[in-house]
Amino acid sequence: MRTLQQTTQEVLDLAATHFHVPAGTLAPEDDFFKKLGIDSLQALEMLSRLENHFAIELPDFEVQGVSDFKTLAERIQSRL
Amino acid sequence: MTKKFSGKTLHWEWQDGVIELTLDRAPANEIGMDTLADLELFVAAFPALEKETAVCIIHSTRKHGFCAGADLRELYHGAASLSVNESVANVRKFLERIHAVLNAIDSAPFVTIAAVHGVCFGGGFELALACDLIIADKMARFAFPELRLGLIPGFGGIPRLKRDLGNALVRDLLLTGRSINAARAQAVGLVSQLAAEGEALRVARGTAAQITKFDATARAAAKKFIKPIPHDELKREIAIFCELFTRPEVMAALKKFVTSDDPMPYLP
Repeated sequence: MRTLQQTTQEVLDLAATHFHVPAGTLAPEDDFFKKLGIDSLQALEMLSRLENHFAIELPDFEVQGVSDFKTLAERIQSRL
Repeated sequence: MTKKFSGKTLHWEWQDGVIELTLDRAPANEIGMDTLADLELFVAAFPALEKETAVCIIHSTRKHGFCAGADLRELYHGAASLSVNESVANVRKFLERIHAVLNAIDSAPFVTIAAVHGVCFGGGFELALACDLIIADKMARFAFPELRLGLIPGFGGIPRLKRDLGNALVRDLLLTGRSINAARAQAVGLVSQLAAEGEALRVARGTAAQITKFDATARAAAKKFIKPIPHDELKREIAIFCELFTRPEVMAALKKFVTSDDPMPYLP
């Protein structure tokens, strides 16, 4: 079982890789819409990648209003 | 011999018994009047093509996915300047035309395959559901987000999904508005084959090559036997959609969507 810290780090790594951001430039408290400059369709892509990576289902409504990596990781953690 | 067509929103090419229909309208193949007109021309070609066609593959070149659904901006702006009665009459006419197109795809005597990647939402999902097989890459997502607008899906999605997979999945997707990923869609039987990211078209072509080996008469008879079109429910769907569309809440929701700067406006 992953810890929340591990989950958060994996979320950050996945976002950095997919959106071509240098590793280590993303922090748990960052607003991923602003930091990554993504729109709703790209957010959906990220959701799919996270679901595939963690082998979970994360309904859209559970991430509604979520914009920082830390809260996103907490939502994922509750589904692991 | 090759036959081709190129429209404003899509193009198709026939070669060696296989039609490839490519959706290509920015940003994500939203279905409005231009797409409808191009699709009508496409299905009008069926009588000339069907005897020499085994498979039709429908796919998208747009980066974000197969199709994000109906063109809500066109719907909103088209209705905003009209009376309720006039706008409902236009919506009904549009729905009757798109139903005719999707019924033609649904009942085509050749096999139809939707090769899906990325978003496959609303009307795009309904287009895929008219096809016999859905082959999806692992990044595909499927949703009926219409309830966020105070509407139901209007392109035949509910009757077709109910026909194919049953009422429980319809309720899950319709009443929550959530999107499901490709793995889940395969698990429930919606997606017939999962492909690696970006490989849905290649897998669809491989499947088409297999299908072309079979006898055309038996294939058409099998399809007609196992895939009846739910005409009564489709007509009822149009009636319910138009009834809901008369409400001011729908125009308010459409306006909110088209003017939204929310980073995730597709969410209910």
